[in-house]
This record gives sequence, structure tokens and C-alpha cells, in this order.
Amino acid sequence: MNEKKRQKKAEQFGDTSQLKYGWILTLVFSIFSIIFVSPIFIVLMNSFKQKSFINLQPFSFPQSETFVKLENYTRGIEQIGFFDAFKNSLIITVLSVAVIILCTSMCAWYIARVNSKGANFLYTLCLFSMIVPFQMVMFTLSKIADMLGLTSPLGIVIVYLGFGAGLAVFMFVGFVKSIPLEIEEAAMIDGCNPIQTYFQVVLPILKPTCITVAILQAMWIWNDYLLPYLVLDITEYKTIPIAIQYLKGGYGSVDWGAMMAMLVLAIIPIVIFYMACQKHIIKGVVAGAVKG
Amino acid sequence: MNDSIKKYFPIFVLPTLAAFIIGFIIPFILGIYLSFCKFTTVVDAEFVGFSNYIKIFGDKNFLHSIWYTASFTVVSVILINLFAFIVAMLLTKGFKGTNIFRTVFFMPNLIGGIVLGYIWQIILNGILARYSVTLQFSATYGFWGLVILMCWQQVGYMMIIYIAGIQNIPTELIEAAKIDGATSWQSLKNVVLPMVMPSITICTFLTLTNGFKLFDQNLALTGGGPSHQSEMLALNIFDTFYAKMGYEGVGQAKAVIFFILVALIAFVQLRATRSREVQQ
Repeated sequence: MNEKKRQKKAEQFGDTSQLKYGWILTLVFSIFSIIFVSPIFIVLMNSFKQKSFINLQPFSFPQSETFVKLENYTRGIEQIGFFDAFKNSLIITVLSVAVIILCTSMCAWYIARVNSKGANFLYTLCLFSMIVPFQMVMFTLSKIADMLGLTSPLGIVIVYLGFGAGLAVFMFVGFVKSIPLEIEEAAMIDGCNPIQTYFQVVLPILKPTCITVAILQAMWIWNDYLLPYLVLDITEYKTIPIAIQYLKGGYGSVDWGAMMAMLVLAIIPIVIFYMACQKHIIKGVVAGAVKG
Repeated sequence: MNDSIKKYFPIFVLPTLAAFIIGFIIPFILGIYLSFCKFTTVVDAEFVGFSNYIKIFGDKNFLHSIWYTASFTVVSVILINLFAFIVAMLLTKGFKGTNIFRTVFFMPNLIGGIVLGYIWQIILNGILARYSVTLQFSATYGFWGLVILMCWQQVGYMMIIYIAGIQNIPTELIEAAKIDGATSWQSLKNVVLPMVMPSITICTFLTLTNGFKLFDQNLALTGGGPSHQSEMLALNIFDTFYAKMGYEGVGQAKAVIFFILVALIAFVQLRATRSREVQQ
């Protein structure tokens, strides 16, 4: 009895050497993982079926009479202009993230080092903006963006900088405060002006935080639907989420064949990105959560 | 040093400040003002006092969406955190393949709300078709559909945060509890849970605000159907603005109430869980 209890305790707390039944957990989790990713494979499978069969039998493999090769893909790409949407999404995400990182890290360094009333007030406003839901500002923001002509992929970068500044400034300020002041002072005494100090001394130290902020912002901007839908001139520029929602059309008539194919095309870049920088993403999420 | 940096204000702060004013401060202040106005565009606003707010209380769909959002949030916060914590506990035991499982469970988080909504629409409708109904049949199906979708999306994210929290617990603490004769349930309750309280604070905060602000998934999965019955707050506000002519003021007033609700909940939740945290 005692022995059994001890065994149980060892399992509870990650004592690998004593974990005798590890293979059972591995097996259970393997089965669970397969179930977990199955929705994506169901979508992939359906993307090769003729559209009228998708709603009738979504869980069966494509057979000879239901298989349509890449027809759904070519039709979907044409209907929503997928590659244009992909290009817009990519431009908006990359530019916005780059601008946010550069501008907000500079701003955060200023706030952390200057410590004036104005700087502290700006910091408080940034914190405040983090809890404001987008619906609160969506109507007025879209009208202002319209008035200022920010309805192109380049213009929306400014909107993202403004609306995304809160979280980014908050995270950068937290990190800058942990950098010892002496390093910067030494640089200043050696004759660097603040700009040189920032780019040659501070920015390299901030690199891990830059990666964290970049990942959190990229995940948000790439998938964002409502902000670009309201701000962009969508007759000309669609992002991937807008293009997919556009496929739904009016009165609930959906071309499910094209829809499945476009969902697959929307997921592929995300999976590639995830595979390529998985470690950074997971680290970034943890770092972001601890700061948040 | 301060003074020399201050001279560079235009370079360091101005770009962010200008964008922040355009993208947040002006829309926010204007939004509060417009909630007391009747308008169709921003320029033709006409002050009407509290009449927008009074109209809200006659809006059955809005009142229903508050209730629906609140119950969805409660259910999803509990389920997501429970699953995430259990999976995190198991995955920190150190058996073969934990890294792969972690990778797999996190993945859906990167997929956007619109795409997720359509993935689950086809799957849930496929399952419901066996009972010859669809997600549009009743708001209950939409409710549980959204819960399943959100669990699938967020369990991995929260799991990652819990794993980091669990791995931060010093092993001596657990060993000490073991030597003192604590059962595994006792050490979970008295050692592990208090030590991961910061992670619990963060995860409940994130799931709570995500649940309350949910929009994309709601729009893509059910679109609020049948007849606004599965409509959550954010979608209801969007519909008031863009689907009803002449209701922009009411929509803005709803948005202000929505903001106050979210801020209040976030504040209360942070106070409540922060007070339970222990110093390491």
C-alpha cells in the first residue's frame, strides 16, 4: 500500500526515473493528439471533394465520383483573389510589426528613462488602452481613418501602430526598467548621442523582447478581421480573413468546395511559420503572459 | 542624461504618440461623446442626452446577448482552464513525446477566428446532420459549438502558460511536502495550486476577456443565428452599427456599456486572484 502511494506521488511530480507507466500516457496522448488535429485533416480531405458532397458526407474520403482534383482550389482562388489577399495580409503584417517594434521600443525607452509627468501619463494611457475593446472605438476609428486617407495597406500600418501601441509599450517599458542604467551612461560619456546610444546599445539588449512583441503582434494582425474590414477600402484590398468571410456571400449561400480549399490555403502559411519558429513562439507566449 | 534624451522627444516619442492619438485617443473620446448623440456619420452629430442609453433597455436582443455572453464566458473560462491545467500537469511528468504533444496542442491558437469558425461549422454541422439538425437550429447548439471551438483554440495557449508556472515550482517544496507525508491531492491543493496562482491569474484574465470580447468566431460559426439568439455582445454591437439604419448612436452607447463591463470584470478578476498569490 505504502509503495503504491509513493509511486503515485512520484508520477505526480515529474520524477522521470520513477515513472513506470509513462508509455500508457504516451499512448493516451498520441490518440488524443490525433483526435485533436483531425478537424484540420477533415477540412483538407473535403477540399478535394465536389461541393455538393461536402455537406452530405463530410467525414468520408473522396471517392471516384466525388473527387474533383484541384477544382475547388482554382475556383476559390479565382473567386476571392486569394493571392492578392495573401499579398495584402503579408504586407500589412510585416510592415505593421516592423513599425510597431521600432517606434514603440523607442517610445518605451524614452518613457522608462525620462520619467517626467508627461511620460508617465502616456504610459498610463497605454495601460488603459489595453482593456478597451475594439467595438468601443471601431466606428469612430474607421471614420477617422477614412478622413485621413488611411484606407490602403500602407495607411492601416499607422492605425495598427496606434491601436497596438498599448501592449507593445507596456512590455518594452517593463524590460527597459530591468536594464542597468550604467551601460547607457557609459555610452553617453563616450560621446554617443541618445540616438546612437539607443541603436548601438539599447536595441541589441532589447532583442529578446522584440521577438516576443513581434510574435504576439504578428499573431494578432495576421488573423485580425474586423479592423481591416472597417478601415481598408475592401473593394480594392482584402486580407485573407476578409476574403474568406467574403466567400460566404449574401443570404447564407456558401460554396463549401471553394471554402474548404481556401481554409486549407489559409492554414498552410500558419503551419509553415509555426514549424519554422516554434521555439520563439512558445517562449514569446510565456514571456508575454508573465509580463501581462 | 534625462535632459539630453528629452531633446530627442520628436524622434523617440512623436511617431508612436501621433499614431496613438489617431488610432486610440481621438476615437475613444469621440466615441464617448457620440454615445450621447444622434448621427449617421461623425460630422452630423446632434446632442440628444441619454436617449441612446434609454433605448438600449428596450432592446431585447441586446439584453439576451449580455446574458448569453456572460454564460458563455463562465463556461468557457472554467473548461479551458481546467483542461489546460490537467494537460499541463500530465505533460510536466516527463514521458516520451511531451514536446510533440505540446506543439500539437498549441497549434490551433495561431489560426484566426474566421478560419476556425468555418472549420468547426463544417464539422459540427456534419455531426448534427445525423440528428437532422444544424447549428442554426437553436442557440444551444451555437453555444456549445462555440465552447468546443474556443476550447480547441485556447487550451494549448493556456497549457503553455501553466507548464511554465509548474516548472517554476522549486522541487524542494514538493519533496518537503512528500516527506511530511502529504498525499498527492494534498500537495496539489496546498503546494502546487498556490505556487501556480500567478499563472492562474493570467490565464483566467486572458480567457475571461477573450470570451467577453469574442467576435470573429461568433460571426463565422453561427453569424448570430437563429434570429440573433446566438449573438454575443460584440456581434450585437456590430449589427446595431452596420445593419440597422439610424441606430449608430445606440450602437455607440452599447459600445460604451460594453467597455465599462469589460473594464469592470478585468479589474475585479485581477483584484480577486492577485490577492491569492503567494511570494515565492
